[in-house]
Amino acid sequence: MAIVFAALLCTIATALSLNLPSLSGRVVDQANIVQPSTRNAIEQKLADLETKSGIQLVVATVPSLEGQEIEPYANELFRNWKLGEKTKNNGVLLLVAPNERRVRIEAGYGLEGTLTDALSKVIIANAMTPRFKAGDFGDGISHGVDDIITVLTTDASEWQQRPSLRLDNQQTADPISWILIAALIALITLLVVSPGFRWFFLNVVLNILISSGRSTSSGGFSGGGGFSGGGGSSGGGGASGSW
Amino acid sequence: MNMSMARVRSIFTATLLGLTVAGCGYNTIPTYEEQAKAKWADVQNNYQRRADLIPNLVSTVQGYAKQEKDVLTSVIEARAKATQVRVDVSQLTDPDKVKQFQDAQNQLSGALGRLIAVSENYPELKSNQNFLALQSQLEGTENRIAVARRDYIEAVRAYNTELRTFPGVLWASTFFRSNKPMAEFTASENADKPPQVKF
Repeated sequence: MAIVFAALLCTIATALSLNLPSLSGRVVDQANIVQPSTRNAIEQKLADLETKSGIQLVVATVPSLEGQEIEPYANELFRNWKLGEKTKNNGVLLLVAPNERRVRIEAGYGLEGTLTDALSKVIIANAMTPRFKAGDFGDGISHGVDDIITVLTTDASEWQQRPSLRLDNQQTADPISWILIAALIALITLLVVSPGFRWFFLNVVLNILISSGRSTSSGGFSGGGGFSGGGGSSGGGGASGSW
Repeated sequence: MNMSMARVRSIFTATLLGLTVAGCGYNTIPTYEEQAKAKWADVQNNYQRRADLIPNLVSTVQGYAKQEKDVLTSVIEARAKATQVRVDVSQLTDPDKVKQFQDAQNQLSGALGRLIAVSENYPELKSNQNFLALQSQLEGTENRIAVARRDYIEAVRAYNTELRTFPGVLWASTFFRSNKPMAEFTASENADKPPQVKF
């Protein structure tokens, strides 16, 4: 009975998981609706936005929502890609599903106050859906991105706060770091005093640490040329539209 | 010398024991419990956010559709009832309390759905900027509620599973005897889908 139930749970879990596209760049055009030249221009704007404000805005187009509504799909994709910095959740996802004729702006937790639901709705209705209706997806997405960037970069109060916030973050020492320092001192003392512990540490603990270090991948931005999310999350803020 | 060695050994043993206990999942139950509680707070906040939007929405609709008195009153009443039922995190193990909360919120969802449906008949209202903004906020809030509910259900499932499976069940039957499984939301009509507030 229990085995049957467990097997059932497994099938449910796999049935729910979507076949999500991977985050290959700032514009993930799976539906193939954006011209390469437009795409390059948009990618440049998105890169500029991130260097200027730290905000990660990513455009995605998908050939199919796999039977889902666009809202849960966008949320799952956002969380899967972890857009925005982990501590600020300052990511935005612009998702277009041309075959379902649906579009959504999904704002990370940290941007809900700036890129509000109402503003997202206005951007979709004014800049995007009229152009989508005419079949010009590249132009619609490009205008939508422009408007989102305008909204995100003209909030004066947030801009003024930013430098001071960064400074505070660096200055205040984490209590966890003190615990770590204390633990390190204790470890060194033990290593010096007790030969038994030294043996145990060198042969057992280090081995465990090294092998576990191999399997865990480090999140966040990679140093190379690749592009990845910064660990941000979203709780369903933003707006959707259809045409 | 012997004394100090013994002391070092005992400190070492205590540290090792602490690490082993943590490694065996002593912390898992409290961690999952706190996560589920935090997710519940999100659920409740998002429902509150919806409740906060309603007075403004009602007064906007009223300006254009006074004759829809029944619908407007039912929304106001349902809102009053829904804001009264609050579930403290310590009451999450009480399925009746959670069901009561859910029922009150569902009633409000129904009343709101009717209000949005009758708004269809008033073209002037439909083109009112304030109404459009409120409508998109309501739509967004319903979506946030759906996300928060999903997160809560997942967190509770993880916590409840931990209480019943190995090795969590060992801790649950010894150190965490007072920890009871939390109540999940029961699937109601359209529980997973936000009510449609489209125009």
